[in-house]
Amino acid sequence: MSATIHRDRLMDDISDVPVLAVNNLAVSYRNGNDVQRVVYDVSLRVKPGEVVAIVGESGSGKTTTAQAIIGLLAENGKLDAGVIRLNGTDIAAWSQRQLDTVRGCKISLIPQDPTGSLNPVKTIGEQVAEILQIHRYGSREAIDTRVIELLTRVGLSQPELRASQYPHELSGGMRQRVLIAIAVALRPALIIADEPTSALDVTVQRRILDLIDELRNEYGTAVLLVTHDLGVASDRANHVVVMKAGRIQEQGPTQQILTSPKSEYTRQLLADAPSLRKAKYHSRSRSRPEVDGDDVIVVDNLLQDFPLGGRRRESFRAVDGISFRVRRGSTHAIVGESGSGKTTTARSIVGFQKPTAGRILVDGTDITTLRGETLRQFRRRIQLVYQNPFGSLDPLQTVFHIIEEPLLNFDPLPREERARRVQHILDRVGLPQAVLTRKPHALSGGQRQRVAIARALILNPQVLVLDEAVSALDVTVQAQILGLLDELQRALGLTYLFISHDLAVVRQISDTVSVLHNGRQVDGGTVEEVFSRPVSSYTRELIDAIPGQLSPVHV
Amino acid sequence: MTSLNSTGRSMVRTDAAVIASVSSTLRRTRERAFISSATHLLRMLRHIPVGLVLAWLVIGVAVLWALIPDLFTSYSATIGVARQQLRAPSAEHWFGTDALGRDLYARIVYGAGNSLTGAFVAVGVGLIVGTALGLVAGSARSRVDGAIMRSVDVLLSIPQLLLSLSIVILLGFGTVNAAIAVGITSIASFARLARSEVVRVRSSDYVEAAFGSGGTFGRVLMRHVLPNSLTSVIGLAALQFGSAILAISTLGFLGYGAPPPTPEWGLLIAEGRNYIARAWWLTTVPGIILILVVLSANRISESFSRSRS
Amino acid sequence: MSRYLIKRIGQAIVVLWAAFTVSFVLLQALPGDAILIKFLNPELGLGPEQIADIRASYAADVSVPVQYFHTVANFLTGNFGYSIQAGVPVGDVLVANLPPTIWLAALGFMLAVVVAVGISALSVLTPFIWVRSLFRSLPSLFISTPVFWLGILLIQIFSFQLKLIPVINPGPWQALVLPVLTLAVPISAPLAQVLMRNIDHVLTEPFVAVARAKGASRRWVLWRHVAKNAVLPTLTIAGILFGELLAGAVVTEAVFGLNGIGGLTQRAVTNQDIAVLQAIVVFSAAAFVIINLVVDLLYPVFDPRLRSKGEVVA
Repeated sequence: MSATIHRDRLMDDISDVPVLAVNNLAVSYRNGNDVQRVVYDVSLRVKPGEVVAIVGESGSGKTTTAQAIIGLLAENGKLDAGVIRLNGTDIAAWSQRQLDTVRGCKISLIPQDPTGSLNPVKTIGEQVAEILQIHRYGSREAIDTRVIELLTRVGLSQPELRASQYPHELSGGMRQRVLIAIAVALRPALIIADEPTSALDVTVQRRILDLIDELRNEYGTAVLLVTHDLGVASDRANHVVVMKAGRIQEQGPTQQILTSPKSEYTRQLLADAPSLRKAKYHSRSRSRPEVDGDDVIVVDNLLQDFPLGGRRRESFRAVDGISFRVRRGSTHAIVGESGSGKTTTARSIVGFQKPTAGRILVDGTDITTLRGETLRQFRRRIQLVYQNPFGSLDPLQTVFHIIEEPLLNFDPLPREERARRVQHILDRVGLPQAVLTRKPHALSGGQRQRVAIARALILNPQVLVLDEAVSALDVTVQAQILGLLDELQRALGLTYLFISHDLAVVRQISDTVSVLHNGRQVDGGTVEEVFSRPVSSYTRELIDAIPGQLSPVHV
Repeated sequence: MTSLNSTGRSMVRTDAAVIASVSSTLRRTRERAFISSATHLLRMLRHIPVGLVLAWLVIGVAVLWALIPDLFTSYSATIGVARQQLRAPSAEHWFGTDALGRDLYARIVYGAGNSLTGAFVAVGVGLIVGTALGLVAGSARSRVDGAIMRSVDVLLSIPQLLLSLSIVILLGFGTVNAAIAVGITSIASFARLARSEVVRVRSSDYVEAAFGSGGTFGRVLMRHVLPNSLTSVIGLAALQFGSAILAISTLGFLGYGAPPPTPEWGLLIAEGRNYIARAWWLTTVPGIILILVVLSANRISESFSRSRS
Repeated sequence: MSRYLIKRIGQAIVVLWAAFTVSFVLLQALPGDAILIKFLNPELGLGPEQIADIRASYAADVSVPVQYFHTVANFLTGNFGYSIQAGVPVGDVLVANLPPTIWLAALGFMLAVVVAVGISALSVLTPFIWVRSLFRSLPSLFISTPVFWLGILLIQIFSFQLKLIPVINPGPWQALVLPVLTLAVPISAPLAQVLMRNIDHVLTEPFVAVARAKGASRRWVLWRHVAKNAVLPTLTIAGILFGELLAGAVVTEAVFGLNGIGGLTQRAVTNQDIAVLQAIVVFSAAAFVIINLVVDLLYPVFDPRLRSKGEVVA
């Protein structure tokens, strides 16, 4: 809520001279003799103290635009045309040497990946001090004092200790705070924040975005926020620029974009963004006739320890006493942040690891007792779909062989019958027959995930475990896959166990949910109960952290 | 029904026109297809890596020298021509002659057989033994894995040249023995690479998915692990082919390979050494041929590792 | 930490012992008998009993397992046996031949480092792309060049064509110039390749972009961020490089007719002087194992990621 208030107050202060004015920017990449244009005719302006968000899916050219503005295109990138005015001066034609004088002090960067963005062999203090040294901030002592000041300001505890530590000793959120300290060190007029929170857990994401907002208000810095998440943009930006395939689809004040979008693509983005949409499928799935008390999955007091390999045979408890039941034909979600034990739980249920203690019944069979051939036979009934559709398909196999393979593992079928089933399932997941002869690298991310679903479905399983199965996909593709899953569930009576960190998606598609935190179940029940009356404060925090709630659509 | 009929009639009426337009469109598309395929071909030609084509060409010629040397030269590799000693390169003797009047070009052409066979034997030994060890280590349980990899460490701890010298002493001097010795020294690198590849592939999602869909250990190994691990092992084989040629010629130069008058490339250079003041070509030319072949093998190996990524 | 140290040293000793055993099996299982080759020479006019006495003095008349334990015990007490060819203790032969090889190897290695660093620095710093690709292709050319041929080529060019370095009676430094150059080329190649690969990799790391975004120049980034991250991993090939250095020394000494471990090795192989050869093999394995041990133990000093948290705070 605080961000909304700030934004309104700031609206009045904003003067009309833009910090950044980009006109007709065009960028292309050169690969050998191939020249490929990736940004066409982009114009935008950022006024002092304002937040402008560039929103787009992968390949939209949003990051390239940001890199071009700060003069850090990849070696093969070329600015073909356009004017980039920073405080009125055109820097588009500047040499790298000239740009070095404004980078860091007039315009700075908050990068995407907090892990790789700090030099692993230098201390935090050295890396914050570096920007001050480059721009000759002052004496050694002055710099050291300022470093501690900055680390304190971005909310790091024990700043002196942090300054002497190396990046690997800090958590992801702490590293992102360090990078923010670097970006604001010289109070630049403009900060380019390139997906600053995409690699972070949702609760951390919220705190980091709040920090950026706070510092922006304090220093009067403008922010160009590059993001794939329309929810984040709607919460934080005054002005939104929507990009697709290198072109601006539309731009305007956030409120206007959200409430009366002009372009077809923006409307689609708005419709597909899970955070901005309340339970599209949910209402439908709830209207489905209640199936009577038949539980397909029963998890009872599941415990999972992993040996740490230390001297005293210490072990780490990844899952600590989790219990839940899933009704046939329904969708149960397991939600949690990284390290919550959600993936471990899923892997125990599909039989990839033996639980330390507890019982898992799948369709009446206790799978913790299965081994060898009986476990192999059991696998027909429950299948797993992975998060990363690039890694879960064998790069050397054709789509036909990938989908056909499970059939070869069980009762032998004649060749024609196998081909018929593969074609049938391919239709089901909405892929054209033409892809059968292709290999995974020739498919898009969404198509690959459809292939993975087809492979999982060809054995007619009763349960599908979806491990972050839509997390790696763009929102529009994500919406398509979620739609497909919903359709398949109703047509085939499938039961889904949906593992996700994304509460917005979970709210959309699940019937029941378990919330995990540090290996324990902190909340559970129907989606409606958990989302409206959470028992634990952690769940409350998770729900509040879903981006898109500060936006005028909901206000 | 009526609507169907009317469409049918109108179709008949416009048949001729339709056919005409369709055929003209077809012609146009065909022309366009031809033009586009021509530009496509041009573009492909532009994308062909010249270096790689040259590399395959060099290796191709070397292999042909080894297989059918008499098609490339009419001179003998071992019998000299009288009064033709130490002639500089000329139209008659492309690479000159040696102190016994033997044509150097002929000796290099015939020598290809020795050097390439040696390299094939060496790579064969390393590839088969090393890959087998690596595969077993990568897919077996930790104790077998540990045992195999520790022995590989031991093999690595002895410098390659010393190890191959020790083996040559054991087996006796000669081209094939030198090749086997060189091959044994490369077992360690094959085993290490094969193992790391197997471990990498085994930890991939698609292998787990294959087990998850009911695959047995043997089937998953044959369908996924082997094919995906072998690409880079083949790349290493090409690289080792180059270094094996070098290592064998080094043993030949030191006098532990083929005995004279066999035309082995390293030996050619060793023999030419006595005439460096008078006949530069005797050492320079075989050296350049050797470098070209090794460079080509390395370039081909590089193309394997590039296509993998 | 001390536990780790003991474990690591233990591993090194096991590898070394295994290398010793391998070399013993390879060399002592030899069908030919070097002693017979030398002393059966009719010119020496030795009778069978005298030869049997000589064999006994070399401990060649007992069974192989006994010989093995004998040799292990001798190595542990610093007695590496007698050189059959020279008739003196192997230890003395090694000590006599070590200094020139160490000189050659040390100078060659230093030149190789200079060349490798130069090539990789120029391959990133030169503004012209074609010059860069020229420098980039140098290591693969170096690696494909036979060392012995390179030596001969250098003699041809510098001694015979340009007459800069006399073939007969060169000064002590003059005599070293060409061998050092010959040795440096094959050593510099893998070093430069690893360096260039690391530099390329580090340049794509996000922290490089962050440093540029701070306003750091390309040169600043190269020296302060890329250099250390790119040089560290080259330490891991130190052991391999040592092997290359030794092999290079053997060939170089053969080409230039120098005295040293290389020449000694060549003579030992030709004359099947097993004791000498085995001592060389065991010593180089020991050097390899020690180099790798030192690198392993030193690495955490340079790379904070490998230090445990407690130590950093302390």
